[in-house]
Order: sequence, then C-alpha cells, then structure tokens
Amino acid sequence: MRTLAKMVWLEIKLFAREPITLIFTLALPLLILMVLGGIFRGHPIQSGRYVGIRTMNYYLPGYVGLVLASIGTISLPVHLAGYRERGILRRFRASGMKEWAMLASQTLVSIAIAIVGSLLLFALGAGAYNVHAPVSFGDVAVVFVISAFCFSSLGVLLASVMPTARAAQAVGLLVWFVMMFLSGTDGPLDLLPSGLLSVGKVLPLYHVVIPMVDAWNGFGINVTQVLTVAAIGLIATVITLRVFRWE
Amino acid sequence: MTTSDAAAAPHSELVVMCRGLRKVYHDVVAVDSATFNVARGEIFGLLGPNGAGKTTTVECLQGLRKADGGEARILGLDPQRQSGELRPRIGSQLQQSALPDHIKVWEALDLFASLTPGGRDWRVVLEEWGLGAKRKAAFYSLSGGQKQRLFVALALVNEPELVFLDEMTTGLDPAARRDAWDLIREMRERGATVVLVTHFMEEAERLCDRVAIVDRGRVVATGAPQALMAEHAGGVHVAFTTDVADVDWLTAVPHAGSVVRHGPRVEVEGDGPVLAHVAAALLAHGIEPHDLHLELPTLEDVFLQVTGHSMRDEPEPAQRARRLSLG
Repeated sequence: MRTLAKMVWLEIKLFAREPITLIFTLALPLLILMVLGGIFRGHPIQSGRYVGIRTMNYYLPGYVGLVLASIGTISLPVHLAGYRERGILRRFRASGMKEWAMLASQTLVSIAIAIVGSLLLFALGAGAYNVHAPVSFGDVAVVFVISAFCFSSLGVLLASVMPTARAAQAVGLLVWFVMMFLSGTDGPLDLLPSGLLSVGKVLPLYHVVIPMVDAWNGFGINVTQVLTVAAIGLIATVITLRVFRWE
Repeated sequence: MTTSDAAAAPHSELVVMCRGLRKVYHDVVAVDSATFNVARGEIFGLLGPNGAGKTTTVECLQGLRKADGGEARILGLDPQRQSGELRPRIGSQLQQSALPDHIKVWEALDLFASLTPGGRDWRVVLEEWGLGAKRKAAFYSLSGGQKQRLFVALALVNEPELVFLDEMTTGLDPAARRDAWDLIREMRERGATVVLVTHFMEEAERLCDRVAIVDRGRVVATGAPQALMAEHAGGVHVAFTTDVADVDWLTAVPHAGSVVRHGPRVEVEGDGPVLAHVAAALLAHGIEPHDLHLELPTLEDVFLQVTGHSMRDEPEPAQRARRLSLG
C-alpha cells in the first residue's frame, strides 16, 4: 500500500512536469464544449426523455463522460504502453513491483486527472453557458467513480494488448472519436440512423452518458446503466489480469 | 563442458545453482543446457559475445523469463514459483531498462526502497553511490555514468544478497568503466554476491573470481580466469623487434617453442621462465631489443581455443538470425 501511494503521487507529479499530453487530453472536451455551446446556447431540448432541460445542461455531464473516456482510451494506454516499450515496466517488475500495484496506481491517477478535467469543464460550462451544478452531487460522484473505473480498466486492457505507444495512441483515438459520435455527446442521438445507434449502444460511453446526465439533472441513479458500466469494467479487468505483459 | 568441477561448488554455500537450463524462442535455442554454480561472496562472470544467450540465462535465473527445461535455484528458491520471496533478496541491473524521464533521483530511490520494506535507508545509499549532488536531478538529465550509478543504487537499496549486473559497463567511456569496476568490487566488499554478464574479456579477467564462458547458448568452459588461461590458452609469448634476419636459433632456447616472425616483429612461444632464457640468448647473440616483453594469455585466447572461433567473428547466418531475435 505504501508503494501504491508513492506510485500514485509520483505519477501525478510526473504528469505535472510534462503537461503536454495532459493538456491535449483535457483540452479536447473543452474545445468541443465551446463549439456545441456556440451552436445550441440556452435552447431547451424539445422532446424525449430530457424535454425541457437546457441543452448545455444535457451536454456538459455527457462531456464529463467524454473526459473519462479520453483518459481511459487515450492517455492511460499511451502512457502505460510507453512504459513497457522503454523498459520502465521491466525495471519496476525486476525490483518486485506487484502487478496489482502497478495497475491500481494507473487507475487512481486516471481518476485524479479526470476530476481535474471535469472541474475545468464545469467551470467553463458554468461561466460561459450558465450550466447548473449537479442536482445531486452524491449521485454524480457514484456514477463518476464507476465510470472512471470502467474506462481505466479498458485503458489498461488496451495498453496490455497494444505493442507500442504509437499503436495505442492510434487505436485509442479511433475508439474515442467513434464513441464521441455515437454516444450522444456530439449531437442528439435521435438524429442517428438506427444502425449507428445500435453500434453506439455497445460502446461503453453510451452507457456512461445516460446515468451521468440523469444524475446531474436530478433523475436519480440509473441502476441498469450503472451496472452495465461496472460490468464492462469488471470484464476488462479480468481479461487484463490474463493478458497483461510487463515487456 | 571442458572443466570438470563446473557443477561442483568451489566452496561454502551456493547462491546460484543452475543445471541444464534451456530456453527456446520459437525454433531457436537461446540457452542450451547451461550448468554452473555461484558460491556466496563470489564475483561470477557470464562471458561471451553478443547474442550468446547470457542475458536470457540471467533473466531466467531472476524469474523474469520462464525456462523451457533444466533446474535453477537462487538462494535455495525456485525463481519462477517463488519469485515473490526471491525478489526482495536479489538486486537487479537490467540491460534495456529505463525510468520515466522526469522522475528525480531521490524519488526513484524512495519508490524502489518502498518495494522492499526493511531494506536500507535510501538516503544513505544515495550518498554512498555518489548521487548526493544529483538528488533532485531528473533521470533524463543524467549522464550515462550517473544513470548507471543510479541503477546500481536501485539494485542495492533493498540490501540484496545477490546482485545481477547485465552489461553494466556497455556504452560507458573507459574512465566511467573503471569507476563501474570499482563499484562492483565495492558491492562485494559490502557482502553481496555478484553475477556479472559481460562481453568484455578484460572486465571479466580483472573482476571475476570465476567465469562461465558462453557461446551460442552453451556454457563451454567454467573456472577461475587464471586457471582457464593456464589450461586452455597454452603458453606465454615473448615478443620483440629486431633487424637481424636469422633468429631461428631461438627455438633451441630452453622453454621456448615455435618462433614466428612478422617483419621486424618476432614472437617466441614458450612456458615458465622463457623470458629470462630468451633475454640471455639474445644478449649472447649481440641483440639488445628495446621492447622485449612477455605477453600473457588472455580469456580471449581461451575463448578462441575452446570454441574454435574469435569472440569478434561475425556469427553464422543462423546465429545472426538468433542474434536479431534476442535483440
């Protein structure tokens, strides 16, 4: 546990010392928020489950999901695959670092970064587009932690199967963009043809966005979706423990 | 195997017992029934050209790779199944390993020290290995020699009984290499047993109590460097330069064998006190060379004798493929 705590703190310091990747990861959702905010302004949603809710109060919690997804599918795999590529994992392992400590530290660091990213997002949303604070902080926190676990697990899995940091980045970006378009974070899902919508439904971000929007806007915890997200995370963890490679 | 005592412990307690170790990558045999022992307190060298299988051997011994055959016991433990118990008791300096660019020297030591509770105070280790001034320097900003010292400090921070050093001096300039040799002797003085992987003959000769010479995945000879040289490298050579054309009478000098001439340079092969006899004979013939000297055999000669090819020979095509696959 002492090693885990040191590792988490060290990784946070390392991120702060080389902020380029972090800025890229956190800036993308902010940019998209600004674009969509410019388009929709304060218009309320006209129909469906969220009728009457101002558009930006729908999109912002979705973008919290997008932040979690970008850390899980892009920064974490690139970081971890880079560690393996350069022999850093090999170095850690030879000195007795445990697999669970290595993977848990990556997950915890991801959650920490996601909190920062989400706060930035909320600050921008509240300042520029009058987005309200979560109706229930508790509900949002529950959905947030479970979603972060899910995407971190997927990220570690991606890092485990990708041979290099470059490959991890290419695949991660692709997955992230596909999820963004098909999970309700880049325009209303109603506009998607049914074929694409069914693709969206198998992507984890789809199942993260719904409970996040629900929790933020006071609809309570969407148990089915949250359990789906947790299940995806657990499955990814089980697979990861089988396929993780130190070198 | 050319040395009969290879499998026997030279003295006291065995810290490494390696018997018939075998490792195959796809269809290439990287390590082929390697057998050797290391006793507590020794500096033991695994010596051979690049791609001979040395690194694979020590990686199997550390439990970083799974051997396909044979038996290994490190400090009495199975390196595969008991790696959790073994890791805290060994230190490891790996080839091709790195730390994150922006990690600071003290942070690395602090982290690695936490991996083995009850080890030494990392602050003391930091000072001991001359890293005090670089305490707050980032890993990427260190020179090659400083990185090497940091890796050594990391390998020793858990106060290991056994240290594996893999090509520790490769890539260092001659001065830094000499410093590294001092570090290795220091480790032993502090009580650690050292297994040293190297392709530098001179390094093995100067540092190692015993060496295993490895070629193409096989251990071809084991023993103390001096003993191996005496056994395999034949006699000594006396060399000098002269303008005198006919020196064939030197073959009649006591203890002298063949005489070889390359231009003005003459080499007399011999044994025992051959130098004194050659010197006397030269004076008696009125020849007073300025550069008369004795050339002792080296491990390089041993390697040549035992394997039939030079350390620097390009490997056969099949060997070359293996070399690539081993990195």
